[in-house]
Amino acid sequence: MEKRFITQASINRWLTKIVNDGKHLYAPVKKGDRVDFGRATSADDIVFDHIQTTQSAKSVAFPRTDVLFSYEKEKGKVQLENADLTAYPETVVFGLHPCDAAGFNPLGAIFNWDYKDEIYNARLQRTVVVTLACTKADEYCFCTSVNGGPGNTAGSDIQLTPVKDGFLAEILTEKGEALMKADEAAFEADRGDVKEEFLVKLPEKFDVKAVQEKLQTAFESPIWKAQSQRCIGCGACAYVCPTCACFDIQEDAHGTKGKRLRCWDSCGFALFTLHTSGHNPRQTQAQRWRQRLLHKFSYMPDRLSVRGCTGCGRCSRACPVDMNLSEHLSSI
Amino acid sequence: MEELRKKAAELLQSGEVQMVIGYEEGTRHPRPCFISSADDAAKLIYDDRCTGNLAVYLTHKELIGGQKIAITASYFALRSILRLLTEHQIQLDKLVVLTVSAEKEVIQFATTDDITAYLQTAPVPAREDDKALIEKLNAMSPAERWEFWSAELSKCFKCYACRAACPMCYCTKCIVEENRPQWIQPWASTLANIEWHINRAMHMTGRCADCGACGAACPLGLPIHLLSHQIVQEVTDNFALDVNQAVSGDNALSTFKPEDKENFIR
Repeated sequence: MEKRFITQASINRWLTKIVNDGKHLYAPVKKGDRVDFGRATSADDIVFDHIQTTQSAKSVAFPRTDVLFSYEKEKGKVQLENADLTAYPETVVFGLHPCDAAGFNPLGAIFNWDYKDEIYNARLQRTVVVTLACTKADEYCFCTSVNGGPGNTAGSDIQLTPVKDGFLAEILTEKGEALMKADEAAFEADRGDVKEEFLVKLPEKFDVKAVQEKLQTAFESPIWKAQSQRCIGCGACAYVCPTCACFDIQEDAHGTKGKRLRCWDSCGFALFTLHTSGHNPRQTQAQRWRQRLLHKFSYMPDRLSVRGCTGCGRCSRACPVDMNLSEHLSSI
Repeated sequence: MEELRKKAAELLQSGEVQMVIGYEEGTRHPRPCFISSADDAAKLIYDDRCTGNLAVYLTHKELIGGQKIAITASYFALRSILRLLTEHQIQLDKLVVLTVSAEKEVIQFATTDDITAYLQTAPVPAREDDKALIEKLNAMSPAERWEFWSAELSKCFKCYACRAACPMCYCTKCIVEENRPQWIQPWASTLANIEWHINRAMHMTGRCADCGACGAACPLGLPIHLLSHQIVQEVTDNFALDVNQAVSGDNALSTFKPEDKENFIR
């Protein structure tokens, strides 16, 4: 790993070079009164001082709707065409926080659990992740309770930490080094800034190991019903989550041709587990809420050795009825 | 607030109701709470920040069961309750409808007429944030408006928070979940999103309480509540709808009367 220093002006120059090289720049941009990820055409579009974007950055590798393959029927024969893995744009995700970069680990674990998902992998392979370490947090943030942190570098190719008069740049991977070289002169020698001095201090809200331990025997607990009473069963929490990977398969059919699509889905929906027979193994919102928590904090650690939560707090910010995840976890 | 807590405690203690649906303090804003014991009544709050439409819970069968419940209804929730009664989704004998007036007085309604009388005299809560956008939309040409809504709705990722937060979206199977035939493309894309939101607006026509819960619920902040807000005005003007009245079950878009002025159906 290499450390450098870069000024705001040099970042802007570097990003301009990246855009001019034909790469897609995906970054926090203003959307109405909110900040969310979107295509930035220049550094001027990018918001640097946001606490959290509305959505996570997962859609660079797992978009809300993705074509798996297309088909055409002609004279009794079916022509299949797989998604063109080489057509995905070279993308730089810039300005996401460490909790988002960390999300690609659990997401990747699911997409490579048994079957290696070529589409997810191809998209991520063409993506370079440049994180912005956190100098502020709000009451929803809890990365430090799930083994993350405001300066966590997991999943980052480059991490920038705002320091006095500029940014400390940690070049963490070969991908990151290649991206730096788009305009290496923009990066000055390390000034010896101590990263930790600039990071926000975020006390732990709960002991995640203890939570995981309790969940082992909590399947029949009455807490699920009590906690889920106000849950209205929408998918807002899942859709803004950096690690939620559930999807539905749909058919965009037009006569003899069509496309097979993968679209986001959520375990919070009643329809999610509804069988054709009419039976639904998760009939109540309490069961669906239990599934959400157990999946993230028990099943995934047990089966994939990763936790399905990075503490970004988006689910709690997005929830129309304030289902505050860290509060619920603390009360288990 | 004390009066409301006292009332809730009394209702629970006397056994008149088994649950009170109200608001408690939340992380940043008040949130729904469900109280089954008089001891918990101290959690209840009610003030101008309590804008979420609690009537949405009245059709949640797993929450309500066969219980008799009390609800602290906001102005718009009262309208939703009238509409749910009109559509036979709830029964007044299973419900104690409470509100807190601008004068901080706890009111318990005995009949739908009482609710109507209250709604006609109480001030309609202003939604200042919407005013500027409504004016902007009204000043647009149809082409500009189409462009505005296409751009806004293209962002929708179909989490269906709008549907889940709406008291009138009580269907056990939503039209977007129908796949034989598939009326609405269920994935998220500009066209598929417009299909969804136009369908929702049409299904709300003549039923919407104009509470704004759909827009408030949207995690992306899309102003979708203004679609149905504009329709409330249209329906009021063209179908003599009164959102403050429980009616005999006639729906603006699905009831035909011989005296209707349109003749296309004859």
